[in-house]
Amino acid sequence: MGGFIFKRSMQSVFSLIALIILVFFLARLTGSPADLYLPQDASLEVRHQFNERLGFNDPMYVQFGRFFIGLLHFDMGESLQFSRPAVDVVLQAFPTTLMLAAITMPLVIVIAVITGSLAAFKPGGVFDRLASLISLIGASTPNFWVAIVGVLVFAVTLRVLPTSGTGTPLHWVLPVAVLTLRPTGVLVQVVRSSMITALSSAYVKTAKAKGVGSRAIIFVHALRNGLLPVITVASDQAAGIVNGAVIVETVFGFPGIGKLMIDSVMLRDFAVIQAAVLVTALAVFIINIVVDITYALVDPRIRYS
Amino acid sequence: MTDKPLLEVKNLSIQFPSKRGTVHAVSDVSWSVRKGETLAILGESGSGKSVSASAILDLVDAPPAVISQGQILYKGRDLLKTPKDERRKINGKNISMIFQDPLAALNPVYPIGWQIAETLRVHGVDRQTAHARVIDLLTRVGIDDPERRAKQYPHQFSGGQRQRIMIASAIALEPDLLIADEPTSALDVTVQAQVLDLLKKLQAESGMGLVLITHDLGVVEKVADRVVVMQNGRVVESGEAATIMRSPTHPYTRKLLDAMPGRHGFTPQLAVATGALRPLIEVEHVSRVHGIAPGQEKPGGPKGIRAVDDANFTLKSGETLGIVGESGSGKSTLARMLLGLDAPTSGTIRFDGHDLNGMSAAETYKVRRRMQFVFQDPTASLNPRMTVGQIISEPFAIHPDVLPKTQWRERSIELLERVGLSPDHIDRHPHQFSGGQRQRIAIARALALQPEVIVCDEAVSALDVSIQAQVIDLLKNLRRDFGLSYIFIAHDLALVRDFATSVIVMYRGQIVEQGLTTQVYTDPQHDYTKRLLAASNDHLSSAA
Amino acid sequence: MPSSIPVSGTADMTRALSSARSPNKTSAFREILSTLWHDKVASLSAALLFIVLICVLLGPWLLADQARAVNLMARNAPPFSLSKGWLFILGADALGRSLLARIIVASQNTMLISASAVLLAMIVGGLLGLVAGYKGGWIAAVLLRLADAIMSFPSMLLAVIVLFVFDPGVTNVILVLAVSRIPIFLRTVRAEVLEIKERMFVTAARAMGAQTDRILLRHIAPMVLPTLINLAALEMAFVMLVESGLSFLGIGIQPPEVTWGLMVADGRNYLGSAWWLSFWPGVAIMLVTMALNLLSNWLRIATDPVERWRLQTTVGKND
Repeated sequence: MGGFIFKRSMQSVFSLIALIILVFFLARLTGSPADLYLPQDASLEVRHQFNERLGFNDPMYVQFGRFFIGLLHFDMGESLQFSRPAVDVVLQAFPTTLMLAAITMPLVIVIAVITGSLAAFKPGGVFDRLASLISLIGASTPNFWVAIVGVLVFAVTLRVLPTSGTGTPLHWVLPVAVLTLRPTGVLVQVVRSSMITALSSAYVKTAKAKGVGSRAIIFVHALRNGLLPVITVASDQAAGIVNGAVIVETVFGFPGIGKLMIDSVMLRDFAVIQAAVLVTALAVFIINIVVDITYALVDPRIRYS
Repeated sequence: MTDKPLLEVKNLSIQFPSKRGTVHAVSDVSWSVRKGETLAILGESGSGKSVSASAILDLVDAPPAVISQGQILYKGRDLLKTPKDERRKINGKNISMIFQDPLAALNPVYPIGWQIAETLRVHGVDRQTAHARVIDLLTRVGIDDPERRAKQYPHQFSGGQRQRIMIASAIALEPDLLIADEPTSALDVTVQAQVLDLLKKLQAESGMGLVLITHDLGVVEKVADRVVVMQNGRVVESGEAATIMRSPTHPYTRKLLDAMPGRHGFTPQLAVATGALRPLIEVEHVSRVHGIAPGQEKPGGPKGIRAVDDANFTLKSGETLGIVGESGSGKSTLARMLLGLDAPTSGTIRFDGHDLNGMSAAETYKVRRRMQFVFQDPTASLNPRMTVGQIISEPFAIHPDVLPKTQWRERSIELLERVGLSPDHIDRHPHQFSGGQRQRIAIARALALQPEVIVCDEAVSALDVSIQAQVIDLLKNLRRDFGLSYIFIAHDLALVRDFATSVIVMYRGQIVEQGLTTQVYTDPQHDYTKRLLAASNDHLSSAA
Repeated sequence: MPSSIPVSGTADMTRALSSARSPNKTSAFREILSTLWHDKVASLSAALLFIVLICVLLGPWLLADQARAVNLMARNAPPFSLSKGWLFILGADALGRSLLARIIVASQNTMLISASAVLLAMIVGGLLGLVAGYKGGWIAAVLLRLADAIMSFPSMLLAVIVLFVFDPGVTNVILVLAVSRIPIFLRTVRAEVLEIKERMFVTAARAMGAQTDRILLRHIAPMVLPTLINLAALEMAFVMLVESGLSFLGIGIQPPEVTWGLMVADGRNYLGSAWWLSFWPGVAIMLVTMALNLLSNWLRIATDPVERWRLQTTVGKND
């Protein structure tokens, strides 16, 4: 198992480095990085000075070396809008997004697993069709639109929930609800088809022949096998939560990484954009490793191969 | 051997409705089994043998299936009228079932000890007692070091061991009746014998009834007291096993028995003398070692797994060479090297004097035409999206200089008729045919380029017994008509004896015995060959 | 070890039932249409998408004027009333422009952008996947790692940073969407190719002497195509959602171009007073996405002759 984890980690490291290189070159491809970092109205003089000062006229490999070393020291430049190190700004916004994800993901998994398993038990039955329909709608709905409609119905018309901000737990209800919609929709379908396969397998037939009851068949025998492919999809969805977070934070005014990024785009604060992308990449990298470990723990064939 | 039957199936009918009409899986089937008795249910695929047995343990999903009539009387009580949860209590406790593929039938993510103990726990035994019983059971079925092995997972055991584990789980609560659905079909020949012996032993110890579902007449001969023969969902014959095996009354039973190779004694297969100077195929000191690139093996260097170890044999024109062995023998690796998919790590394979791996691409291309192949799984070896015509003429498409395109269709039709199929099949797709028909299409394809050698890699193993006999007959006819030579790779010894002129026995990568078929079978030299023959059908080694 | 078990009996029986008919070439297309007809849900989706296609092709040409026409009499007209004509059934915006007309006209941009991105991703990803799957080697390894790198990263963040550096606009949006979806096509095609490559009919073709190009073209590509089409439909749905999201955030398509996403964003300021401005475009997005998802399920079955046949024969478990 150690070998498996190591190999997968190495692959993830490669991906991470590839992304870092991508981000690095992205900024320098446009000719004058100063155009990205500086306000639009900065004069040519200032731009030229900026480029010189920050060494943007040096050869690429020198620049990359500097960039990389800067990364290792967690130095990614200074934020234009806050006049603080970009890293600090990003790390300050990070916990909010993390909190959103941490509340959403378990909710998604629990709802999807239970719904998908029960739907798989009687494919084509009433519950199955209902679940499929609702999950399809969930997976197809644009989250920004649901957010707006949610605000319209619950905040403006019914006045039961606040429109924006993070103050009370009530403030989190709509954002989390919107964020769970798509991942749950997708995951229910995956769980369902994976469980149908598991429930029609030979070992379930054996269990029935032994006299095992339906509940144990679904949740003890089938689930553990059916979950294996689900873990991979779930981890993809976890990274996708950030996508949703960008929208949700913007609509509901949550001070997380998503909102930070959009604001920084509007205000042309490239240092922060860059830092946000890299910090997120690191987080995704960690998630992937955790998922790989989970996979190996759940599947003994990998542990003892 | 009391008179009253332990389990009685009476007039059972099960249908599966489908958009193309109802499938009558089981029609008016009746059979019974007594305590201490072994009943064999014999039939080919489609006979309904498994469905009727599955119904006993409530394993047939109804709906969509419909049990339109019948009774299943267990100790006089009709199971079909018993409520579901009571039936569940009977499963595993009074009646148990084991299945065909033990790897698939065991849950891969739980330790085997846990799975055996589950049978006990579900029926009310507490954990401590259950664990002790599990160890006891494992010893009884012949698994060594039970304490340690009980914590291991299914993939860490061999096929035979997994089946023993399933048996342990099935007898855990000392059931009155054990139903075994093709328990040995997925196992090697030598292991099959062991598992059957185990079942008999356990039956003798406990006096339980045993129902054995099988398509293998050898199994019936070996262990059955009584036999029920099923065809197309109906019972066509039933009675004492010995009587029926000797003198069957129903034509279908007779057909099945006749299809058994060597039923009426073996005719020595003689190679056709052709006067060819060179052997067609020469295999010299061929080895294939996993983990080492071809040609890179050095004496004293790192050792890999020797899938094939120093194989030497020749195929002369007119001969049919049989290659037998179990899993791990290396015969599949050898086949792949003949096919040109892998190269030997050392040694040479020559076709008509040409080194198969030493030629240029153009030369290999020409030489390959003279050697064609028929594979094991006819479903998989035909592209499901191509029509039969396209499949048969693919060799012409790959070697365009053999036949002009205008003649392809005509020739394909000729080939179709040659293998016993009708010309209007030419535009259909493979999935519209049965397994035997698909194999005939594959043979037609192999004949297209008029090869000198056809290599059959387990070509009939996936077919029903009666179909096997037909395909072998076809191959024999083609041999006679076209002077073909064959390399016939198989694990069924009787089949090989019936078809091959000379035979090679492989064990763990090495050729342990070779020679004329009759000789090897009647006077085996190597220990393994003797074991193999002993484990196969009894009449095999004793026939004239 | 004898691994193959004789074909399922019930399947054989059903085959016996069906051999009475004699299907051949012409019926393939008809068969597909008949399966569509029998699957009501898929039919509905196909019908909806067909309507959308008409809108995309003819919408701007027919309704461009109505979409732009400022009609002060219809300012902020609420929906569900036909008093101002059928065009205003969904309501009107602050300038009195018919919402229905605007939605129809905007369909062209929305669909074309998503379709182009998916087409690009499909072609590039598909070809790369074919090569990576069949040839393997270090090229495949590098491609795969690269694909993982792009895939593991939230596509929206990627789009944000790329569009920031290169300025948003139709071309750049299509490009960045395409690039972010290439990995999934690559991965899927590669996985399919790897699996098909090992199948016996490919081995048989190789044993007969077939060269790589024949195998790829004749054997592998036709089998990969259904998966590709199915994936394309799903991806189209996803890309539509992402593009809408980007436009909504203001970093995607910029005015004067209009897409449904932009329309939802524009309507956000009028939530209290004219909720329909954001509502209806969002419904349009949702319906098209749903239709694409549903159709992709049906497509998977319809393009595979074996699956089609299986669909027409519901049998129980093996005997």
